[in-house]
Amino acid sequence: MSTRVSLFVTCIVDQVFPQVGIAITQVLERLGYRVDFPKAQTCCGQPAFNSGYTEEARNIARHFLDVFQDSETIIVPSGSCASMISHHFADIFENDPQLLAEAQALEPRVFEFSRFLLEVAGVEDVGARFDGVVTYHDSCHALRELRIKAGPRKLLSKVRGLTLAEMTTAEECCGFGGTFSIKFPEVSGAMARTKIDSIQQTGASTIVSIDSSCLMQLQGVIDRAGLPIRTLHLAEVLASR
Amino acid sequence: MNAPEAEIQQTISDPRLQLAIYTATGRVMDLRAKVVSDEALPDYQALREEANAIKKHTIENLDHYLEQLESNVVAHGGNVIYCRTGQEAADFVLDLAKKRGVHMLVKSKSMTSEEIHFNERLEEHQLEAVETDFGEYILQLAHQRPYHIVAPALHLTRFDVADIFTKELGIEREEVIENQTKIARGVLRRKFLEAGMGVSGANFLVADSGAVVIVENEGNARLSTSAPKIHIAIAGIEKVIPRAQDLAVFLNLLGRSATGQPLTVYTSFLSGPRRGAEIDGPDEFYLLLLDNGRTKLLADPDKRQSLYCIRCGACLNHCPVYRKIGGHNYPWVYSGPIGAIITPQFHGITGDAWLPFASSLCGACAEVCPVKIDIPKVLLKLRAEVVEVQRREDSGGWERFAFQLFAWIATHPRIYLSLATLGSIFFPLVPHLGPLKKWASQRSVPEPAKQSFHQWWASRKPTS
Amino acid sequence: MTAREQILGDIRKALKGTAGQPALIEAASRSSSQQLPASLEQLPAPTLRIPRSDRNLYADLFGQKFENLGGKCFRVRNTSAVVPAIAELLTQKSAVASNSPFLRKCGITGLPQVHAGFTERDDLKEACASVDIGITSADYALAATGTLVMLSSPDEARLVSLLPPSHIAIFPRSHLLANLDELLSILPRPADQTSSMVLITGPSRTADIEQRLVRGVHGPGQIFAVIVDEE
Repeated sequence: MSTRVSLFVTCIVDQVFPQVGIAITQVLERLGYRVDFPKAQTCCGQPAFNSGYTEEARNIARHFLDVFQDSETIIVPSGSCASMISHHFADIFENDPQLLAEAQALEPRVFEFSRFLLEVAGVEDVGARFDGVVTYHDSCHALRELRIKAGPRKLLSKVRGLTLAEMTTAEECCGFGGTFSIKFPEVSGAMARTKIDSIQQTGASTIVSIDSSCLMQLQGVIDRAGLPIRTLHLAEVLASR
Repeated sequence: MNAPEAEIQQTISDPRLQLAIYTATGRVMDLRAKVVSDEALPDYQALREEANAIKKHTIENLDHYLEQLESNVVAHGGNVIYCRTGQEAADFVLDLAKKRGVHMLVKSKSMTSEEIHFNERLEEHQLEAVETDFGEYILQLAHQRPYHIVAPALHLTRFDVADIFTKELGIEREEVIENQTKIARGVLRRKFLEAGMGVSGANFLVADSGAVVIVENEGNARLSTSAPKIHIAIAGIEKVIPRAQDLAVFLNLLGRSATGQPLTVYTSFLSGPRRGAEIDGPDEFYLLLLDNGRTKLLADPDKRQSLYCIRCGACLNHCPVYRKIGGHNYPWVYSGPIGAIITPQFHGITGDAWLPFASSLCGACAEVCPVKIDIPKVLLKLRAEVVEVQRREDSGGWERFAFQLFAWIATHPRIYLSLATLGSIFFPLVPHLGPLKKWASQRSVPEPAKQSFHQWWASRKPTS
Repeated sequence: MTAREQILGDIRKALKGTAGQPALIEAASRSSSQQLPASLEQLPAPTLRIPRSDRNLYADLFGQKFENLGGKCFRVRNTSAVVPAIAELLTQKSAVASNSPFLRKCGITGLPQVHAGFTERDDLKEACASVDIGITSADYALAATGTLVMLSSPDEARLVSLLPPSHIAIFPRSHLLANLDELLSILPRPADQTSSMVLITGPSRTADIEQRLVRGVHGPGQIFAVIVDEE
């Protein structure tokens, strides 16, 4: 089994939360993987696709195919980006047989990070330590398109010192939705506040997810409300020692 | 054209209304979850697949099944009237009422009739149409439209009802819900017995039987279709299912998805006027098959799945956006995710161009839809259509420019890399940039990274 | 062009069928040599899910479900035991009974407070609108959901189980079926039998206001079932 993996870090991690990319690299390297980072990578095209700009999304997706054409295994620290690549590239390229074939060939090689650890690396315990009460947010695309639910929880259960407290609204959308949060900011904010209310009831001081966009949404509303809760990507928790 | 921002803001800032919406929908979500669980309904996913397949097949052969339906309705002594528009449906009823000397008819709950402003059209010609579903009766008195496809009065409290009854019925104020129900029952009982016609909707039209199937909990549909001498059913053409035996799939999904009931209290399978020596039931039966734009939806192979809908309301209950903005902020009688996808298809994409974007694409709707309509996929198609119109009309504004710019940057890695440091300039500007100002009003804007991941990687000592 | 022609034509155009094709079917007759579109062959036979369970348990299961819904269920050994079992329900009350022969067998139609033998719609309507109880048999009963199945016929009018505020359904145990799927398997085309088949699952109810459950909105708020073991 190859120990080389390629990292698609996603544009939001690259620009806003590089610490997530750093954490993923640490975890993977500790497990003995050689992490490759194709430098020409930029974005998967999801923001454009979700806003109806299919032409722009197609161009960005085509670039992605070029950048990662030689990668055997691509790891993605985001459920929504992984799902964009695995599920929606086929929609983007539905009228282009050549690119559609490339996208379909790519699909089995793309892994959301937690899924990679559990199903490819075969690892549940990465030797992490994190003291505190944590609650897990099921990001929508990960939950409903990639069917990721038990996996991250399993990984969190092996982290020493960590207590997982479930919120009653784990599966409810955080309200980000990309440009949705810009076009309907009051609704977006209200959705986040509903989640945060139920998170406060768990007593958790940290919210964990596998999607940085959700965490950014929640943290933004938390900070505005002045609450002592922080958000961390699963990778950051797993990298903690 | 634009989203009703002020009204949405009002709904979100109304704690009583928010609690009412959240509690009512949350309750039905829990009830549904119990009865579609692995223990309660192990075949739930298989049933959804079957329902989707039956609907797909039927919609793709709709003309055949409508003709079969028609033939069987006629064979059982009924009549079929095809109606291109709501006006044609209303005109037929008015005409028949005139011929038969009918001045008042009773109605059971029908979203289709709301869609075509049926009652209003009749009232213009002095034909009284009395809503008999408890919630709809109250709304009719209050001149309001339904708040939800299944629970029309979800937004009202007992105090609202007391206000409405006192004002419209001139009675002493009554705030106890059980008593309010008794009042309605008393008023409507007389109407059922005196009405010359009963008008119903139909949950399903059964082609092999020439039958309409109506599900309900109160008994008002049974009364409306059994007491008066004439029964008229109004239904969209997409309500057809091929066989009575297909009800095993649909009835096992509908009640559970809508209200968490394995079966609603009454399920009526009606096939025409009373037969032979049957003692009661109507003498005449008319099935009004309504197009009103449904053939437009049929034409698009990707979006025609919107016609599979069995109007259970589950998508509304699970939609985090509906649960915040409520039913009255949607532009049409159909609200929630199903409303968001069919409204632009019926009314044209430019009319309410904001509607397909009023979603975070969370997918909760698709997850609970009993007939597996891929609502997010249809929303995405509609969004692409809006953008396409804007492209043609050159009206995309800043957003189109922003996405074109981003796409250009994202396909030119060297440019992307050189701009990495601009994050620290861009982000502080966000609270001041037009549309982004409102985004920033709800949250603290994130701090840009001092160093992008690209930069961090480039500065690493190479590992071998 | 009639509305019918336009709508069917629009459908065919939308489905990319032959535009403007005249209607294939004349009312009540269809040539068997008609060529069906290939896609019509693709609809699989309906899947009916009938549990393989002991029929002897159906009465108990029905009773459980019926009472969970707010009804009251009696089980009696034979037809002579019916009247004693429900005597209390009928005390000081007036009732209309349907013309079901089974009710006569159970001695219902002979009771003093029971009006029976209606054959005219208006008389029946007036009577049902004024009595306390409607008494019927039931053509079938579904164990899995506690459902009564009533087919309209000269023996069973629709309004008896609908207008009066209480409803008593008396039926033999042999009428019990497993579930809706089994009903549809033995009755694949109810319309061949009757103009109205109604499934009754519990008392009439609404929760329209504040989700507060209220029974007896329009249909009967009190329902009773009497299952007779031996016919």
